[in-house]
Amino acid sequence: MATRPQQGGRPGGARFAQFKLVLLGESAVGKSSLVLRFVKDQFDDYRESTIGAAFLTQTIALDDQTTVKFEIWDTAGQERYKSLAPMYYRNANCAVVVYDITQAASLDKAKSWVKELQRQANDNIVIALAGNKLDLVTEQPDKRAVPTADAEAYAKEANLLFFETSAKTAENVKELFASIAKKLPIEQATQRGVRGGPAGGRPGGVDLGARAESGTAAGGAGGCQC
Amino acid sequence: MEEIASEYDVVVLGTGLTECILSGVMSVRGKKVLHMDRNDHYGGEAASVNLETLFKQYGNYQAGTEPWKKYGRPNDWNIDLVPKLLMANGDLTNILVSTDVTRYIEFKQIAGSYVQQGNGPRATVAKVPSDAGEALRSPLMGLFEKRRARNFLTWVGNFDENNPSTHNGMNLSQTTMKQVYDKYGLEATTRDFIGHSMALYPTDEHINQKGMAKDCIDRIRLYVNSMARYGKSPYIYPLYGLGELPQGFARLSAIYGGTYMLNATVDEVKYEGGKVSGIKATMKERGEEGEGMKFETKCKKILADPSYFPDKARVVGHLVKAICILNHPIDKTDNADSLQLIIPQSQVGRRHDIYVAMVSSTHNVCPKGYYIAIVSTISESGANHHLELQPGLDRLGKIEEQFMGPPIPIYEPLESGVNDQVFISRSYDASSHFETMTDDVRDIYRRAEGEELKVEGLKDGAGLQYEE
Repeated sequence: MATRPQQGGRPGGARFAQFKLVLLGESAVGKSSLVLRFVKDQFDDYRESTIGAAFLTQTIALDDQTTVKFEIWDTAGQERYKSLAPMYYRNANCAVVVYDITQAASLDKAKSWVKELQRQANDNIVIALAGNKLDLVTEQPDKRAVPTADAEAYAKEANLLFFETSAKTAENVKELFASIAKKLPIEQATQRGVRGGPAGGRPGGVDLGARAESGTAAGGAGGCQC
Repeated sequence: MEEIASEYDVVVLGTGLTECILSGVMSVRGKKVLHMDRNDHYGGEAASVNLETLFKQYGNYQAGTEPWKKYGRPNDWNIDLVPKLLMANGDLTNILVSTDVTRYIEFKQIAGSYVQQGNGPRATVAKVPSDAGEALRSPLMGLFEKRRARNFLTWVGNFDENNPSTHNGMNLSQTTMKQVYDKYGLEATTRDFIGHSMALYPTDEHINQKGMAKDCIDRIRLYVNSMARYGKSPYIYPLYGLGELPQGFARLSAIYGGTYMLNATVDEVKYEGGKVSGIKATMKERGEEGEGMKFETKCKKILADPSYFPDKARVVGHLVKAICILNHPIDKTDNADSLQLIIPQSQVGRRHDIYVAMVSSTHNVCPKGYYIAIVSTISESGANHHLELQPGLDRLGKIEEQFMGPPIPIYEPLESGVNDQVFISRSYDASSHFETMTDDVRDIYRRAEGEELKVEGLKDGAGLQYEE
């Protein structure tokens, strides 16, 4: 069940929290590649548009005591013709808005996605701006179309985290996600009752997935399937 | 803007639930799907809208005023336009689980299922008994009738189509429901709540039709098994409203390669040799300057809701409904935060039942302290249709806001679509659940693909990565 954030604890009093992260940005700026690097530490030069993944998850340890699990939603291409559903933004705790540092127009697009997030998502959503394809510029500096300072100034003004990244070389990818994790309200999320856990654990909530195993008359108990 | 492909297997028009489920399963099956909607949002008739949109849609206010502002933030409201609930053990639940769309949507129980006996202020409103034990405690029946009802429900519970010894000597496919009721000696009032609030028939037509007994027993068993699943009622409901359902299946379709386009109108449907061969269309956002994006693409089939092909559908009836905002639960329902209440037609001198479906802040569809109740029925008269809902409205008590438009036509396709390969869905009917909608999904799939829709195992399809 897709739910967030999920409170929980580990033996020994360590902290664990789960958050929904959504990706936004123009087509072909490398949204899926960034996630693939973060989740699987892989890169594929000829990656086709995203197919077949409901969402990916990745866990990072912030310190000995604190673990953050990201549930990462890809747009599944629905952004291409401005057809993302409200469901996509619903209960997102954080967002990575990606642009391509070799395509100036992609930053404009990123800015409009930031506006859309501020309109549709939770007020306290943590947004990071990622200028991707840093590797191209390292090889050929004249390919850069967006000066770092410009993007950085915009990010500061709009109160966004900011990184230039390369999904290809992995530069700044971990740093990007780790800095988001540090900004998330882990204390609140690990306390019981902050914006709920899985419906199956709420009063009156039901876990439809439990059906297969338990047959009839489930008590609506059941845990998280994440 | 990226180029549209030059050819699709299927073009789907309209993002109602029927269309989104079909789009989803076809994409999972590897079909190349282009899915469009003329509106700027998903869901069509099955969307959930915010309070401001609802006021504007019904024109329920004076120009220059903003009456929705006294009800908090408009976006805290997700108001269904279609009054339906999911049967916990029904086919839609099965499809949701089989496709893993449950990953995107959370569900909660509906707190109670009620039926009215009698009419006016002194009418009895009671829980629908769902098993033999509840039958014995129900105020709907006298002492001796309770025992007869218990016998009947025990028999239904044990019924197994493949085991003749459980059939109590009847061949249900040849029997009328009247004969079955007669065999158990049930009174008219008991037949009424069984047929209307458990089997959920909206009329009395089922009683005397030969062979309908089997269908009726299946329906009662669905009710009872759905009830047994979570305990409070046979119904479940998605957090944030029914509008989440089409969105969830649209995401499924997109994840498996489906292309989505809102704000897209069809300019022309092209045919070759009597069969559909492609479309010309325009995507243009509201308020966008210029001509928008015009494109043309080939396709082998079109699936559409009836509004896209008015000449290929006919009106088979009219639904009347009133969406009501309350600030209190409904009287005589144990302060339930959500419910379905059925007023069987015979109790109020009608031919079609009146349904009341109510949800509340428990389901994240409105701010705390509010309740959204939809009263609906099939229109039986040409005039004064608002009076047809009155027995249902009377049950609600004080109503803060009421939204009622003209009767809504219910469409069905003129043809199967096999000839021209344009497959039209049915409008949402007056039933209180989605079982007839999923029947339509399966029927369209059969007509369009020439085989039964099997949803079991869909999520384990070939070459599909589900990540953990």
